[in-house]
Amino acid sequence: MPVKIETRKKIQEWLISFPSVFWLCLFFVIPTLFVFAIAFRSSNPYGGISAGWTLDNLRHLADPNYLVVAWRTVWISVLTTVICIFLAVPAGYYLARISSKWRNLFLMLIIIPFWTNFLIRIFAWKSLLHPEGLIKRLLVFLGLVSPQASLLYNPGAVVLVSVYTFLPFTILPIYAAAEKFDFELLEAARDLGARPFQAFRKIFIPGIRTGLVTAILFVLIPALGSYVIPDIVGGPTSELIGNKIAQRVFVDRDLPQASVLSVVLVLSVLAPLIVVLFLQRKRGKAEVMLLED
Amino acid sequence: MKRSRFPFVITVVILFFFYLPIIILVINSFNASRFGSGWQGFSLRWYVRLFHEPEIWRATRNSLIIAFSATALALVLGTTAALALYRFAQSRLQRFHYTLIYTPLVVPEILMGISLLMFFVAAQIRLGLSTIFLAHVTFCISFVAMVVLARLQDFDYAIVEAAQDLGAGWWATTRKVLLPLLLPGLIAGGLLAFTLSIDDFVITFFVAGPGSTTLPIRIYSMIKYGSPPLINALSTILLIITFGAVVMSQRISRVKS
Repeated sequence: MPVKIETRKKIQEWLISFPSVFWLCLFFVIPTLFVFAIAFRSSNPYGGISAGWTLDNLRHLADPNYLVVAWRTVWISVLTTVICIFLAVPAGYYLARISSKWRNLFLMLIIIPFWTNFLIRIFAWKSLLHPEGLIKRLLVFLGLVSPQASLLYNPGAVVLVSVYTFLPFTILPIYAAAEKFDFELLEAARDLGARPFQAFRKIFIPGIRTGLVTAILFVLIPALGSYVIPDIVGGPTSELIGNKIAQRVFVDRDLPQASVLSVVLVLSVLAPLIVVLFLQRKRGKAEVMLLED
Repeated sequence: MKRSRFPFVITVVILFFFYLPIIILVINSFNASRFGSGWQGFSLRWYVRLFHEPEIWRATRNSLIIAFSATALALVLGTTAALALYRFAQSRLQRFHYTLIYTPLVVPEILMGISLLMFFVAAQIRLGLSTIFLAHVTFCISFVAMVVLARLQDFDYAIVEAAQDLGAGWWATTRKVLLPLLLPGLIAGGLLAFTLSIDDFVITFFVAGPGSTTLPIRIYSMIKYGSPPLINALSTILLIITFGAVVMSQRISRVKS
């Protein structure tokens, strides 16, 4: 009987989906809803959450100090993303064009640092940029910086270490898209009189569009939520929103205020995602229109 | 056609950029100098000192307990999730399920850390190794599910149906057909979950309680307040383990394919 088979299939589906759906609802969806709810609660003196609802936490967001931090978070994240993309596009292009033997070696060399502990990579930069470190002494020796200048604890150090941390995540999706790209199109463009860079920009870049979008999101989203990098190589002048959240939690024990800041972070992460979805939908419509023509 | 050398130059510069800090760190771990400000001769004193730090050993033990247990549970939950997503792909439940699996992958770690902290505080669950375990299982499920799902999409599910047609029961089909076919995916997913768990700092830091220090938390406090040469030595040991694991997993995947 078909009805019975359908029901059995449904039961099977629910049984096999239940463990993961239940776990993720309990430990991912509900905790996320808690953050939104606690943003409208006030804190109690014991570092907990007191009863009753309030809008006070939202009002605190108008604090000019927070605005400075929010703006800094945006520009440091965007700058990091731009630098990563500028480095990853030529690298992805190169990896897609070499022989598979060299390609596997290069890919492995790119992946290995990604497998090493993230704190260790940040620490390695901290010791390099340290006043007694190699880079500082080299730059002083070359006369490029004064012996008093500090390479650490400034926004520049945060951008540098962020690029270092996120670059593998940009190279891999761009390489994956470039590998599927038909390089004969570039030669065709050259034959039709395009200059090399023109062909690269007008044919190759649009050709790897999906990889580019993935790569941008892979840097921009974690960079917006970055906390450990500015904590270790940045100083008070390079704190990001993530540092403010951590301070509210670990220093002030003000969980409601931390929640409000987290809600702001959620919204700022959603913004680029919505832009991408919107652009994709618009493109989809444009393509439909082209087909109708 | 003459090709530009620019992409090659950039790639080499990137690799140099990737390895320079790591190489300097390894060299410095053998430097007798305390501040690493100049080479003062080869020495293993920092490694010797490391073996006399009980806190590092305790933290390593905690990290291993959590990584093994979280990987085991995440493997079960991630694999059942992948099977559900694969078998019932188009249903409404599975579309919701897919969003549920996919979203934790794109959410910044700090948000997952803070939301779990709020949840544990509100539910009055004491912070400690158990809360770290719950958090790690949560973020590992998605990675395991994605890896196993990719493996499922690579093979012909008709084999499983054929086994059932030939009279194999549910258990026999799972054990003799499905599991051997999924094994490379399970190994890859398990390795990924284990690495993510043992390396995680941000989420762990939020949900850790007193006395539940893991290795990354220990490394963090050493970076903030401790002695740099000791971290160099510890990092070098961890780097060697990582390189070994990467080479080994490459070997496994090469044999399988």
